[in-house]
Amino acid sequence: MDEILAIASKSAESAEVFRVTSSRTPVQFEANRLKQILTKESTATALRIVKNGRMGFAQASGRINAADLVNMALETSQFGYEANFAFASPQSYTLVDIFDPRVEHVKIDDMIALGETIIEAVCKNTPGILCEGSVSRGATTFDIASTGGSHASYKRTNFSVSMDGMLVRDGDILYVGDIQSSCRPISEHKPVTAEIIRQLDLARENASLKSGMMPVIFTPYGVAGALLAPLISAFNGKTVLDGASPLKDKLGSVIFDRKFSLNDDPTIPCQPGSAPFDDEGIPARMNALVDHGKVVQFYYDLHTAALAGASSTGNGNRNGGMPVPATHALVIGSGNVAPADMIKDTKEGIIIEQLMGAEQGNILNGDFSGNVLLGYKIENGAITGRVKDTMVSGNVYRLLKEIIAVGSDSRWIAGYVNTPSICCPAISVSAKQ
Amino acid sequence: MKDRLFSALRGHRADYIEIRLDDSRSSRLAYRGARLEEVGRTAGTGGCVRALVRGGWGFVSFNSLDKLSANVALAVEQAGRVGKEESKFSPVPPVIDKVAAEFKKNPHDVSLSAKKEILDEYNKLMLGTPDIQTTSIGYADIKKKVTLATSEGTYIEQSRIDLNLRLSAIASRDGDVQQVGLNIGSKGDFSTMENLHGQVKDIARRAVALLSAPTVKGGAYTVVLDPILAGVFVHEAFGHLSEADHIYENPQLREIMVLGRRFGGKHLNIVDGAAVPGYRGSFKYDDEGTLATKTYLIKEGVLDSRLHSRETAARMGEQPTGNARALNYTYPPIVRMTNTYIEPGHTTLENMLSGIKEGVYAKDWYGGTTSLEMFTFSAGEAYMIRDGKIAEMIRPVVLTGNVFTTLDNLDAIGDDLDMNQGGGCGKAGQSPLPVSNGSPHIRIRNCLVGGK
Repeated sequence: MDEILAIASKSAESAEVFRVTSSRTPVQFEANRLKQILTKESTATALRIVKNGRMGFAQASGRINAADLVNMALETSQFGYEANFAFASPQSYTLVDIFDPRVEHVKIDDMIALGETIIEAVCKNTPGILCEGSVSRGATTFDIASTGGSHASYKRTNFSVSMDGMLVRDGDILYVGDIQSSCRPISEHKPVTAEIIRQLDLARENASLKSGMMPVIFTPYGVAGALLAPLISAFNGKTVLDGASPLKDKLGSVIFDRKFSLNDDPTIPCQPGSAPFDDEGIPARMNALVDHGKVVQFYYDLHTAALAGASSTGNGNRNGGMPVPATHALVIGSGNVAPADMIKDTKEGIIIEQLMGAEQGNILNGDFSGNVLLGYKIENGAITGRVKDTMVSGNVYRLLKEIIAVGSDSRWIAGYVNTPSICCPAISVSAKQ
Repeated sequence: MKDRLFSALRGHRADYIEIRLDDSRSSRLAYRGARLEEVGRTAGTGGCVRALVRGGWGFVSFNSLDKLSANVALAVEQAGRVGKEESKFSPVPPVIDKVAAEFKKNPHDVSLSAKKEILDEYNKLMLGTPDIQTTSIGYADIKKKVTLATSEGTYIEQSRIDLNLRLSAIASRDGDVQQVGLNIGSKGDFSTMENLHGQVKDIARRAVALLSAPTVKGGAYTVVLDPILAGVFVHEAFGHLSEADHIYENPQLREIMVLGRRFGGKHLNIVDGAAVPGYRGSFKYDDEGTLATKTYLIKEGVLDSRLHSRETAARMGEQPTGNARALNYTYPPIVRMTNTYIEPGHTTLENMLSGIKEGVYAKDWYGGTTSLEMFTFSAGEAYMIRDGKIAEMIRPVVLTGNVFTTLDNLDAIGDDLDMNQGGGCGKAGQSPLPVSNGSPHIRIRNCLVGGK
């Protein structure tokens, strides 16, 4: 990295190098059996330079000659945008507990045994089911340095267990599944097993719904899959800057139900989205986006913040290119209603666990529409079975304006969203009669 | 390089080993509104080893070739821990070949400033349309060389050039936001990115028109799909279910997907094949060194064949079809589609529409996904059909159906086959893989449409 900066500083006003080095070992299961063991190692280096006041960018995976990388960035700088911000200056960061040296030493045999235990328990509950999933351990090191003298680094471990079950009965396919992740080793199979069995038990019978408007409960998986994408887009500083966010002039306004709060929080120990700083070296911090229904703030990287006359909120994220604003780990405020009580109080309604195609609607506007891949019917306060061949459509802003109840059942979904169940008064259901 | 790879492959106790190396160069340009947000160049080198021992697989990916022999040994050791039975892997004849990149107008011969100039023109057209709030443009071209060496003596070097352009026009009025997109892809021809001014103007016009368009009432309709959306439909509604890795270890699905089963009318023929030349899913060899083929998935309405890797073919007692593809060196190859399409029939669009009292005409695509049994796909543009005529524009619709019944409800196939090259396919985290899909206009009875 020093070599790249040294070469870059000969022809550029300033430069910044960002490097990600990762190593991952997933153990994969297919059709209830161990299928494959993988080891994945990778290094990627990204260079930003400012030359004649313009931003240049180049990136390389694997080995690259430092001079070649600098030349690539210099070439692009002729067309780059006007550099309207300075790379992060040297500073200190608050530590967050995201590294556990034990992760890299978990034995492959123990990972295999964990996956096999889950598969055995699920198959015992539901004979004929086919499980597919993985147990994975890994570590990633992030390094950032600039010609301004900053140099910072952190290492994060990750351990994850995911298992999906597929059950075919009479040309009818049922999918269930769960994923758990942590920066510490996971040795307990029960959380994943229990969640899969819960879904299987609820979906044992099929039930049919009539088209129309009805109350809806989104489970934590349902919230994460159906409701979050429009919000992630709307709070993105870039969408706001472009005038494409329906929230662009709503800062300080209460537009959601008072029971709804949303934070982006990279400071929670052990979560895969947590970090001491973002991909531009800006301290990562908890940002409240919605506080009891009120729009509090949008999230920014350095470039977007400079254009908007705001400050970076520590949300610069690189996903194979230049930094853009992105959330670390979204946390929806939990409530105090047990999911069982939400069901008990519903005469006729639908529970949404997995929605297929939800992201295919007009996300900018908050619209979503999808096929209920996994969902249940509620009748007279009880779940009567699985709903199939059914579509739901709604608008996130209209739904979250009036919330009947927020659940006490908050949980992490794949490590990037923490949410409870949410019950709303009405969603449009279309079913084949 | 050949000798080095073959020497690393020698002397291991494995039923099969392959080494695959990637070398790529790409450029990207991205706009948000009038701002050019990203001009970047990327270089990538890396490789992987995959080993098969007694039916179990080991896989190691890396950036540096320094520890190649050790990486081969690690992949073999990992496979050995997994394998507990006899390996099943269809043989293919060993081949030594070099396949040069096909191109018409090579994007690498077009300067960054020339690329930028064209995108600037498109952007100006969109931004100059009243009520257009903002735009988004992403362009990327990649030149990639993939080298494959196997323990069976195969050594193949294949190069390809892939281009992709995505444009969105975003209209806004009174807090309402609507968008329309255009996706263009090509295997090695930059001229497909040129002279799109008419289409670009049209997406801006349509985005604005959507602001005053009504939302359809949800329910089951007779729908007519244009060739682009019908291509997405065939990819989602049948293509994925034809991928043998979903089926080969699933006894119930094997029963459901038995060759010879009727899925649709005699008029229905569905094809997939990388041997169909000139499209983004075209290639000579797949990532296991199998020669590309053209496969009839459905022939005259009946399940005729399916897409295979060498392992799924061996385990099902069928022939490999050359459909084992990996996104890049960090992934093992899995069964993927290539160029997938419905063969043309004889019905004109006019005849297809006639007799529909109230229906939906859906065009262009926004997205699509499948659970094998059920699928959803969304249109980029939609109209009501009233009394056999295309009527008022409506907001884009999401359509859904059940694979096992929908193909049977497909009751008319047009005579106007067109291929869509703008899409990318995602499966098992490997996305976007260049594919193409297409169809003539088709009509489907009783298709569920999401709405109010």
